[in-house]
Amino acid sequence: MLKGHQSWVFPSKPVILSTGTVVGPFEGKGPLAEDFDLIHGDLWVGQDSYEKAEKKMLEEACEIAVKKAGLQKQDIQFFLGGDLLNQIISCSFAARTMATPYLGLFGACSTSMEGLALGALLVESKAAKYLICGTASHNAAVEKQFRYPTEYGAQKPPTAQWTVTGAGMAVLGPQGQGPRVISATIGRVVDMGISDPFNMGSAMAPAAVDTLTAHFRDLDLSPSDYDLIATGDLGRVGHQIASDLLIKHNLEIPEEIFTDCGMLIYQPDQPVMAGGSGCGCSAVVSYGHILNKMKKGELKKVLLIATGALLSPLSYQQKESIPCIAHAVAIEHIQ
Amino acid sequence: MSNKQKKKLTPVQQEYQAFAKAREPKRPVLTNMLRAFFVGGFICLIGQGIADFFIWNFEFTEKTAGNPTVAVLILVSVILTSLGVYDHFAQWAGAGTAVPVTGFANSIASAAIEHRTEGYVLGVGGNMFKLAGSVIVFGTVAAFVVALIKTLLGGT
Repeated sequence: MLKGHQSWVFPSKPVILSTGTVVGPFEGKGPLAEDFDLIHGDLWVGQDSYEKAEKKMLEEACEIAVKKAGLQKQDIQFFLGGDLLNQIISCSFAARTMATPYLGLFGACSTSMEGLALGALLVESKAAKYLICGTASHNAAVEKQFRYPTEYGAQKPPTAQWTVTGAGMAVLGPQGQGPRVISATIGRVVDMGISDPFNMGSAMAPAAVDTLTAHFRDLDLSPSDYDLIATGDLGRVGHQIASDLLIKHNLEIPEEIFTDCGMLIYQPDQPVMAGGSGCGCSAVVSYGHILNKMKKGELKKVLLIATGALLSPLSYQQKESIPCIAHAVAIEHIQ
Repeated sequence: MSNKQKKKLTPVQQEYQAFAKAREPKRPVLTNMLRAFFVGGFICLIGQGIADFFIWNFEFTEKTAGNPTVAVLILVSVILTSLGVYDHFAQWAGAGTAVPVTGFANSIASAAIEHRTEGYVLGVGGNMFKLAGSVIVFGTVAAFVVALIKTLLGGT
C-alpha cells in the first residue's frame, strides 16, 4: 500500500525464498567469491558471443534460484527482469527458455530493485504466488554497446567504472523461510546535467540521495533504523559524493552502515578504477553477499538502493545529459 | 542536452556539478603526459630500429624503408591487440600508444574482433572502421584541402 508520496509498505512481507547468482571469472577473483552460487572461469560461458553468454548466465541464475526454493519452473507465475542490452534481449530470451509469463523492465542498473519492488507488490496484492525477478550484465557485451570495443586502447579516467559480469535472480513467495521485503521507494528521474559517461558515479549520486530522502520522509524512518544501507553501483566516487550530499541534506548516514555494491565486489588491487557497475553489480552483491549475511544473522534490516543511468549511446553522442534513477527496497530477516 | 541548453544549466545543476567536481579524482595529467612522451618516443625508437634493420640488411633506402617499417609495427600492434595485451598497456601509456601508427592499427583490429560475432560481412567488414573511419575521412579531406592550396599557390 502507498505510504507518503512514492513508497510502498508490504504488511504481508513477501519472502525472498531463494536467490541464484552467477558471475564471471573477474568477479570470481573478488572478495565476495564465496557468496556466489556459480562462478564461470570462461568469460564466454561456453557460448559463441558475449550477448549469448549474458543470456546463458541469466538462465543459470533462474534455474539455481528455482531449484533452491524447492519449486518447479511451472510453479513460477511471472518473470520480471531487464538488462542493459538493446531491447533487453538477454532477459526476454531467458524468459523464452523459462516459458513463464514475462514482464520486461528497463531501469538500467536500477532494474534489480525495480524488479524486486514490483515483484513484492504483485505477491502482496495476491496477483502472484511465486515469481522470479532479477537482472544481468556482461562486461564485454555492455562495453561493446555503450563504449568502445573491449580491446581498444583508450585510456579511461579514474572516475570510470568496470561493468560487472554477473546475473542475479530472486524467487519471491507469500510465506516461507527467508528475508522479507517490507517496503520500497520508487525513485524519480533526476538529472544534474552531467554528460560524461565515464563519470556515472557523479551522475547517479543525486538520484540515490533523492530516493533515500524520500524513503526516510515517506516512512518516517531514520538511517539508524537499518543495519546496512547499500547503494547499487555508485563506486568510490559516487559514494563519496552521495555521503557528502546526504550530510548537506541533514540526513547523515553513519559511515559504518553505508556502503556501495560497486565498492564491495572487487579487490582494491583489481584494475577497476572507481569500482563496479552494471545491472549485475547490485543484483549479485545484494542477492549473494548481503542476503547471505542476513541469513547468517549478521544483519537484520537492510536498505538496498539500486541506481541506474538512463542514457543510450545515441543520447550521449547527441550531447544529452545523463538522467538517473534509484529505487530502494527494504528487507528484514528475523530468525 | 544540446550545447545551447548546456550553457543554461540551472543554478541547482551548476551548484551540484561544482560540488561533485570537488570530490572527483582528477586525471593525473602530468604523469599521463610524461608516460605518453616516453612511450610514444620509445615506439618511434623501435620504428627507427626496424627501419635501420631493413636498410642495413636489405636493399632499402631511408625513403623506401618507411613502408615495411610501418607494416611491421602494425603487425605487432594487431598481434598484441588479439592477445588482449594492448588495451591494458594503453590504459597505462595513454596517448603514447594511441598517437603512433600502432594506435590506428589497434582501433581497427579491436573493432574487427569485437564484431566478429555478427559475421564477416555485417560484423567485421561493416564495423572495423567505426573508430578509424573518421580519421581516414578527415585525413583525406585535410590532405585534399592542403593539396588544393598548394596547387593554387603554384607550388611544385
